[in-house]
Amino acid sequence: MVKEKIIAMLADATDTDASEITLDTQFSDLGIDSLDMTEMAMDLEDEFSIEFTPSPEINTVGKLVEAVEKLVEG
Amino acid sequence: MRRVVITGMGTVNPLGNSVAEFRDAMFAGKNGIGIITKFDVSESRYKVAGEVKNFDAAAVLGKMTVRKTDPFTQFALAAAKEALEQSGIVGTIESDRLGVCFGSGIGGMETLCTDHQNLLEKGPRKVSPHFVPKMIYNIAAGNLAIEYKANGPCIAVSTACATGTTAVGESYRTILHGYADAMIAGGSEAAINPLTVAGFGNCQALSDNPDPESACKPFDKNRNGFIMAEGAGVLVLEEYEHARARGANILAEIVGYGSTCDAHHVTAPDPEAKYVAKAISDAVPDKSIDPSKIYVNAHGTSTPLNDKTETTALKAAFGEDAKKLHISSTKSMTGHMLGATGAVECIACILALQSNTVPPTIHYSEPDPELDLDYTPNKAVQTELDLAICSNLGFGGHNAAVAFRKV
Repeated sequence: MVKEKIIAMLADATDTDASEITLDTQFSDLGIDSLDMTEMAMDLEDEFSIEFTPSPEINTVGKLVEAVEKLVEG
Repeated sequence: MRRVVITGMGTVNPLGNSVAEFRDAMFAGKNGIGIITKFDVSESRYKVAGEVKNFDAAAVLGKMTVRKTDPFTQFALAAAKEALEQSGIVGTIESDRLGVCFGSGIGGMETLCTDHQNLLEKGPRKVSPHFVPKMIYNIAAGNLAIEYKANGPCIAVSTACATGTTAVGESYRTILHGYADAMIAGGSEAAINPLTVAGFGNCQALSDNPDPESACKPFDKNRNGFIMAEGAGVLVLEEYEHARARGANILAEIVGYGSTCDAHHVTAPDPEAKYVAKAISDAVPDKSIDPSKIYVNAHGTSTPLNDKTETTALKAAFGEDAKKLHISSTKSMTGHMLGATGAVECIACILALQSNTVPPTIHYSEPDPELDLDYTPNKAVQTELDLAICSNLGFGGHNAAVAFRKV
């Protein structure tokens, strides 16, 4: 659920086909920079009613999904 | 002495989303002004504007760019695409010899309004990280430099409604004095929103006439304010020998630039018009040109004071010869694109030279006895032209004029 949502958001934001985005995809490969990450974090906060601050270590789709899932499960 | 020529032009404006569309509509005397569609005008006293139409930013620039840029930058990038393609300069110049001088009168007002609302309604955590780099008025210039890898001087200018002409003039000087061999110059504006319209309205600058077919009537006796518009104009300026060596298509040459300030009042022009006249005169170093072969694209905003002041200025600059000048206000068709207007009007000047046609001042019905020059009412005029002058005035008292000739 979190994974699908995040991939859909990334596909929409970067105009990429969702099937091309995997858990191993690096944000830099999608042209996503730290400003984009912060903006996406805001959208994720609204979507999942969480408080989330991105960090440079979260640099792949998989790491983001993991971090958000942890917060959602609380 | 270095010479400076134009090798590319691009525009997005209320008359069209390319130079060709703009040219055809302008010479046909089409009206680009209509009822505002960008917001509900039922509460607004000011109901008409010159909006850009059928502009699909995502199709032209890609979704990613659109998400990270304000519309004023999107207009700039779209116009630049056309201008740079025409010029063919990319790949023929060292990156640090290519510069940018580009401005806006207002900057990212839509972004400012949106994020201010986010702050008030949702708190500081919900202000977009893209807010500042979308909104600040230099960012169109910055994005143009990134897009075209221009490592030379990158300057954002704002002289309010003279911005576009100032940017072209300062780019001319930058090349003339050897700081760059080519410059991407111009201005853009996207400020048709409730806040800007209310602000200009309340400082008594706008016409409250709700009829798009008569609201903007420069030099007419019943003119009562300007009509806001949006768009962008981009010109590629290039050193003459550089352009020739690479076989570029040279569209026109810049012969002079005048830049002065009234130092008089924040919004009203100095009625004596001494320094508007000086800017125009400084742009035309060769005083022997036959005045009947000169086209003046006047600022012609359709405010009572502006059009009168400009008439006074042209008489001061040209004396009795002012009566022989071909003058028009293309704002009668586009509305007033603020920081973009000068750049689009420089393009209008070059198109006039290329086709020996003076664009008309439309919506002109009743002459003002005080304004007794030839404003080219309602219909384009075919006549041999040797020189075209773009003249603009801005809040703050800024005056700028650039003159072009055929090559």
